[in-house]
Amino acid sequence: MNVSRWPLAGLLLAISVSAQAADPTAVYGKGGANTAAMACVTCHGAEAEGMAAAGFPRLAGLSAVYMQRQLADFASGERANPIMQSIAAALSPEEADAVTTMLANKPRPDVERIGRTAAAQGLGETLALRGAWERNIPECVSCHGPGGVGVGDSFPPLAGQSAQYLSSQLIAWRQGTRKNDPNDLMGHIARGLTEDEIKAVSAYFANLTDTGAGR
Amino acid sequence: MRTHTSALLLFALAIPAHAADIAMEDQSQIRIGTADPASRTYFQPPQESELPDNAFGKLVQEGRAIFVDTKNRAPEYVGNGLACANCHLEQGRKANSAPLWAAYTMYPAYRKKNDKVNTYAERLQGCFQFSMNGKAPEADGPIIAALSAYSYWLATGAPIAQELPGRAYPQVPEPAGGHDLAKGQQVYTAQCAVCHGKNGEGQKSGTDYVFPPLWGADSFNWGAGMHRINTAAAFIKENMPLGKGGSLSDEDAWHVAAFMNSHERPQDPRLIDGSVEKTRDKYHANDGVNLYGETVDGKLLGKGI
Ligand code: HEC
Ligand code: HEC
Ligand code: HEC
Ligand code: HEC
Repeated sequence: MNVSRWPLAGLLLAISVSAQAADPTAVYGKGGANTAAMACVTCHGAEAEGMAAAGFPRLAGLSAVYMQRQLADFASGERANPIMQSIAAALSPEEADAVTTMLANKPRPDVERIGRTAAAQGLGETLALRGAWERNIPECVSCHGPGGVGVGDSFPPLAGQSAQYLSSQLIAWRQGTRKNDPNDLMGHIARGLTEDEIKAVSAYFANLTDTGAGR
Repeated sequence: MRTHTSALLLFALAIPAHAADIAMEDQSQIRIGTADPASRTYFQPPQESELPDNAFGKLVQEGRAIFVDTKNRAPEYVGNGLACANCHLEQGRKANSAPLWAAYTMYPAYRKKNDKVNTYAERLQGCFQFSMNGKAPEADGPIIAALSAYSYWLATGAPIAQELPGRAYPQVPEPAGGHDLAKGQQVYTAQCAVCHGKNGEGQKSGTDYVFPPLWGADSFNWGAGMHRINTAAAFIKENMPLGKGGSLSDEDAWHVAAFMNSHERPQDPRLIDGSVEKTRDKYHANDGVNLYGETVDGKLLGKGI
């Protein structure tokens, strides 16, 4: 019964390989040629704004290079997540390139660029703008940019993500299920944070925006 | 009468070096030892929350803001993309990152090299002219007042004229075989480029640098203390990669410091008669280990940019 589908799958594969072009909107809205590459829209939202309650991250406006590397790391298991592993493994490289390029061109969250000159009150804001240098933890904004808007291809935005997602990642580093960051630059910081600090700093960045999944 | 002659003498000395605009021409390094694990407890500057809500507290906060966002807060005096806090980490508080609390109490200081007593204001002015590749703010103006107030407050309770552990950057011994630029490039690619960029150009968010440039037109100039490989190695060993200070070996810190300082950057403002050679002889020949006026890969360094 399933056998009859194989020629079609083969044909699709042939088309995507020869044409080298995947339709990013179709991948995002309907999924990849391999049905295991489920439609991104289901979890990441109509505008790729993410889903706060479920902890699904915003993808709109993230660097394409950063997202491609995350997809490769999900597929290889360097970043362990059962949902995204099977999806990333099923996406063809062309599909991954196309969909991440399309997502990177979507608007970024528009937040005030609060940097280190600002006063800092409370646990979360203090970590974000002053760090905890006695534990070798620099100000979050010194790598993620003022307001946590993200910098270049290696430092993803924190603004625009939900507190659930941000804290889940910090916990993942502590538990060793996420260990794909360059030279452990982020891992050692996450492992140095207390639970209260994780909650507070995640809430701080999530509350900087009222667009997307931040609220 | 006596004052008159010495003033004339100073003036005469000053002309060849264009020192009329150079408040503190001596950028020679502070002599301190290597990091001493026994003195791991350092002076603790006060917390920001302890600042009084009055005119003094405001001036201190102003000084802190200038220190971390120098280019925007003191634009007339800054000629590159840097901020003071880029080299004095944790906003001037971090031990072994030339913290302001360890500096403030050590001035005025006599310096043999220029046979002159330098005030704290002059020390700050020197940073603007060299590290910031700009010009000196007036000694009695608002910028120096705010930066001095910030330093004074950070030094609350510190003993005067007594060198504190954690001052400056602890020296790192030079590798037995000297520095190696090829090895330095490997370290750079593996450990630094992710933030400072493939070509040392830094990375911006909007118009401001998040990761400061290490060489090129927007970085510190050839007269800055950081242009010395020994000083840069000391800074890098203690503070870089950001958040992972102390992780590089002494050798790698030297190699990568040499690689960084083997690139062109803005001219030394003390340039004599437009001559790199004369400037090297006067200011660089005996100033630690540096590549000003040397030829690297067939190119003369020190021409400025
Ligand atoms: C069933 C839900 C689901 C679907 C469908 C889904 N994702 Fe995800 N995605 C997640 C979750 C959950 C995470 C966070 C994983 C973690 O905690 O490490 C995630 C994370 C990501 C990340 C990493 C974001 C970051 O900031 O690091 C990327 C990139 C991504 N997904 C891309 C996609 C693409 C492209 C698709 C469609 C082909 C897709 N996802 C489909 C649930 C989903
Ligand atoms: C030394 C630089 C550096 C500093 C400082 C830093 N980070 Fe990061 N952070 C990174 C890097 C690099 C990544 C991307 C990791 C990767 O490529 O997988 C990252 C990723 C993250 C992520 C995951 C984002 C996503 O989309 O999946 C979170 C959450 C995070 N950082 C939170 C923080 C917080 C909170 C602080 C301050 C306490 C902080 N970071 C300070 C370098 C840094
Ligand atoms: C490019 C890096 C860099 C920048 C930018 C920089 N400095 Fe410095 N600073 C140094 C170095 C190097 C030293 C000398 C340390 C030594 O000699 O060992 C120093 C020394 C000092 C000292 C004297 C320290 C002592 O213990 O005597 C003060 C004060 C100071 N800087 C203030 C500032 C101020 C204010 C600014 C901004 C206007 C600034 N610096 C910008 C690198 C920098
Ligand atoms: C995670 C990002 C990151 C990495 C990796 C990193 N740096 Fe830095 N570096 C910074 C930041 C941010 C500053 C400014 C610090 C501040 O303002 O708090 C800085 C400052 C500097 C400075 C003084 C400012 C200037 O522009 O001259 C030098 C020199 C430097 N880094 C050299 C290095 C070297 C060499 C390496 C590799 C061994 C390295 N850095 C690795 C982020 C990084």
